Parts: sequence; structure tokens; C-alpha cells
Amino acid sequence: MQRVLAFCAAPAVAFFAAFWLLPVVQLLTLPSKKGWDTYFAVLTNSRYLQSLINTVSLSLVVTMVTLLLGAIVGIVLGRQTFKGRQLLLSLLTLPLSFPGVIIGFFIILLAGRQGLVADLTEWLGWGRTTFAYGLTGLFLGYLYFSLPRAIATYTAAAGAMDAQLEEAARTLGASRWQVARDVWIPELAPTTIACGAIIFATSMGAFGTAFTLASKFEVLPITIYNEFTNYANFALAASLSITLGLITWLVLFVTRRFTSAKTSTKTSAKYGVATTGV
Amino acid sequence: MRVSPKTPALLVAVTCLVSVFMLAPIGLSVLAGLVNNYSMGIKSGLTLRWLTEVLAVYGSTINWSLLLGLLCVVGNLLIGVPCAYALARSQSRAARLFEELLTLPVAVPGLATALALILTYGHMRDFRQSFAFILVGHMVFTLPFMVRTVSSAFQRNDLAAMEEAARTLGASFTQRFLGVLVPAVLPAIVAGSLMVFTLSVGEFNLTWMLHTPLTRTLPVGLADSYASMRIEIGSAYTLVFLIVILPVLWGLQAIGKLIEKHHGT
Repeated sequence: MQRVLAFCAAPAVAFFAAFWLLPVVQLLTLPSKKGWDTYFAVLTNSRYLQSLINTVSLSLVVTMVTLLLGAIVGIVLGRQTFKGRQLLLSLLTLPLSFPGVIIGFFIILLAGRQGLVADLTEWLGWGRTTFAYGLTGLFLGYLYFSLPRAIATYTAAAGAMDAQLEEAARTLGASRWQVARDVWIPELAPTTIACGAIIFATSMGAFGTAFTLASKFEVLPITIYNEFTNYANFALAASLSITLGLITWLVLFVTRRFTSAKTSTKTSAKYGVATTGV
Repeated sequence: MRVSPKTPALLVAVTCLVSVFMLAPIGLSVLAGLVNNYSMGIKSGLTLRWLTEVLAVYGSTINWSLLLGLLCVVGNLLIGVPCAYALARSQSRAARLFEELLTLPVAVPGLATALALILTYGHMRDFRQSFAFILVGHMVFTLPFMVRTVSSAFQRNDLAAMEEAARTLGASFTQRFLGVLVPAVLPAIVAGSLMVFTLSVGEFNLTWMLHTPLTRTLPVGLADSYASMRIEIGSAYTLVFLIVILPVLWGLQAIGKLIEKHHGT
């Protein structure tokens, strides 16, 4: 039987070894050909360091805002029954399958030169306001592709919350705020950690949205792309990719170890669309 | 919307606001692809002119994306389903290690995977300049989704018993696998296939690095149209993407419900 199993796994193992493991080993060793300090370029070069700081801080803020908004929407949708709830939920999770470029375009439609916001502010007599191409636009784009995942996960988790616990807290005279603090937050904590890690990792690796917006606020994936395509600086692009990959992998790995296997596998199986695919 | 007194109005207001933020761009984009002139709005009249233009300029990208998505599904079925079975049945340490390794292409940004592929195979010109190069990238990225979905279905307890029964009745391994096991996990296989298809059709990060001027997919064409075409064409093209992806997502939802009903996960 062992032999049959090995036979079953062989094609996938061979394919994966040839087209992922081997290339990644090449990627890992490439910077060493330019000297060992190439691996630390992100720390020693101030431009790359700035790009890394930009990416980490943007991703952190996006993650926190997404978790807060996603939890609120999830609690409302998970506990309310109203007509069209299912339709609204599927519309809100639809953008999970959009490539990042579409989301960049959406932000241009909203806040670009011909955008809705510009029309609105002109009508109000404030002149045409645009914020698609700066930090605000980038933030909104990242928020847009992160929210569907948070909404889907929190809605499922809030629907499974123990209603009796909340009932008991209320009968004992807990205020709304106390219910939120002592019942909702602890019950949703595992979801928050698992979902937060995925959103953070996705934001760190996101490329399409920033690419479409051609933002002045430079993030690491764009830096890597520029080094590779415009300057043909392969060793440096490899070094920066290793840094980026190491961060996203570590964040996901550590949270997977710390959250119970049950919650993480369940939500990732159910909403397992692209983790770093934006 | 009927709201029970339990949910504070503030939370409902935030939900409405978030919904508008999420849905307005979709509506705006669909509308922009169907009006004669975006800056004049709906007053300028509706037209299919931009859609026809998209099909004329970018039609091939749509066909290639659909074909790549299908090939990606077929390829992952052929190598992924047997592998999922092996991982579900094997207790060995090697199996656990491979399972762990398989999650890496999902955890590491697509940009890194694409760079690695170019560094290793970029010098093989015929391969580099063909759609096979993009296909390989898509398959590496989507294989974990297929394997994970199908493998968890193979782990059901009653399946081992069914397989054992078929074995004692004298069925060969191939007979057991294709006659008993695969039909039993068919919903998971269909779900995995639809997921792989969706991911492949929407993939941009890898594809943008791997494509050449002659090998362009739908999202690559989208990026091109956003950068160089008028806003109505970009919108119409986005509408085409929605038309391609929506039926698949509905199928995915229906399958999800079916699995939940029958197997109660």
C-alpha cells in the first residue's frame, strides 16, 4: 500500500519540485553571488528600508481598520435575518475573486480625475478633488480587497456565537459596551487573529492595486518589480523578494501555530480564495 | 431591513456605509462600460459599442484566459487528486512535510514565485515565450487549493470502510480509486476545480511577470487597457471579466451548499 501511495503522490511531488522548489532554491542563492551583504540590502539601503516601512505600516493600518469594520458588518449580517441578506453577503464577498488591477481601477473611478468624488466636490463648489493616486487611494484600495475576506469570516463566526451567553450578560445588567467587551470580543478573538494574519500577509504581497494606481507612496512589491524590470538588478530583486516572502510566511506560520487548528482550517477551507493573490 | 432592537443603530449604519463602499464601484464600473460618454453619464445614452471594441482589441486575451483556466483545472485534477488521496491516507513524516511545503506558494507573494520561475527557466526561450510558462505558474499557485480541498474530503471515515469493502470484493486499486473513491468525493473535486478556475482566470501578480507581448491573459489585458485606453473601454473590459467569473462563483456557492447539506461539515 505504501508503494501505491508513493505512486499517487509522485506526479505532484515531481511537478512541485521542478517548478517551485528548484526555482525558489535558485532565488534563495542568487543574492549570495553578489556578496553576502546583498541579503541585507533592505536594511542597509535607506530607499529599500523606507519602502519596507511603508509596506509594513500600510498593511498594519489596513489590517486593523479592516478587522474593525469587518467585525461590525459580520456581527450585523451574522445575527440579523432580513430579506436579501444572502444576496448582500454574496455581493460583498464577490470582490474576493477580483484581480488587484480591477480594484485599482475602482479607486480611480471613485477618486480619480474623472471620478465620482471629483464630480461631487465640483458640484459643491470645492473644485475637483482627487486622491486616488496618493496614500489615501492606496489605503482605500487595500481596504477594498481586504474587507470581503473579513466580512465572510466574521459573518460565519458571529452566526455561530453563543446567543445564551449574551442573553445571560444582558439579564445580569451588562451595558451594550460591556457585552461587546466581555462577550463579543473574546468569542471572536480566534477569528480575529487568523483573519488578521491573512489580511496582513495579503496586503504585504499585493501588487496589482498599487501597480494600477502608480502610487507615489512606494510599496515593496513595486520596488521589487522596478528593480527587476527597469534596472535588471536580479540579485537585489531576489533579496527583496526573500525578505517579503519571509515576513508573510512567518506571520502566517506563527498565527497558525497559536490559533487552534480548528478555526484556521475551517475558515481557510471555506473561503480559501487566494491568500496573496491580489 | 427589519432590525431587532438587539443590534445598535451605529453598527447598522457602519454596515450600510461599508456596503455602499464595496458595491458602488462595481455599479459605477458596469454603468461606465455601457454609456456612450462617461463624463456625461447616463444622459449620453446606453451602448454596446465599448464591449464590441473590447472584443475586437482584447478578444484573444479572453479566450486564452479561459483556456488556461481549463488546462490548469485539468492539470491539477490529474496530479492533485491522486496526491490528495496519498496525503489523506499516509501517516508518514514525508507526507506531512510535503503537505507543509505545499502551503508555501500560497503564503509567499506571487511576485517571488514568478521571479524564481524566470530566474530558473527564463533562458529556455521557447518555453519562456509560450503560454505553457504561465500555465506552470498558475498550476503551482493553485495546486495547494485543489489538494487541500480534495484531501479533506478523502479523510471521511466512511470512505476507508467503503474502500475496504471494495477491496475484499476483489476490486483492483484502479477500480477502487475511479469506481468508489472519486465518485464519493466528487463534490469536493468540483469545488476544487471551480476554485482553481477562478484563481487562474483572476491571477495577475504572477502573470504580469510571466507574460510576454504575445502571451497575454485577461487581467494582463485589463492592466493594459486601464493604462492606455479611455475609461469606458476599461469599464467594459471589467464587465467582461465579471461575466466570465460570475457563473463560476455561483456554481461554487451551489456546490458549497450541496456539500454542507449532504455531509454536514
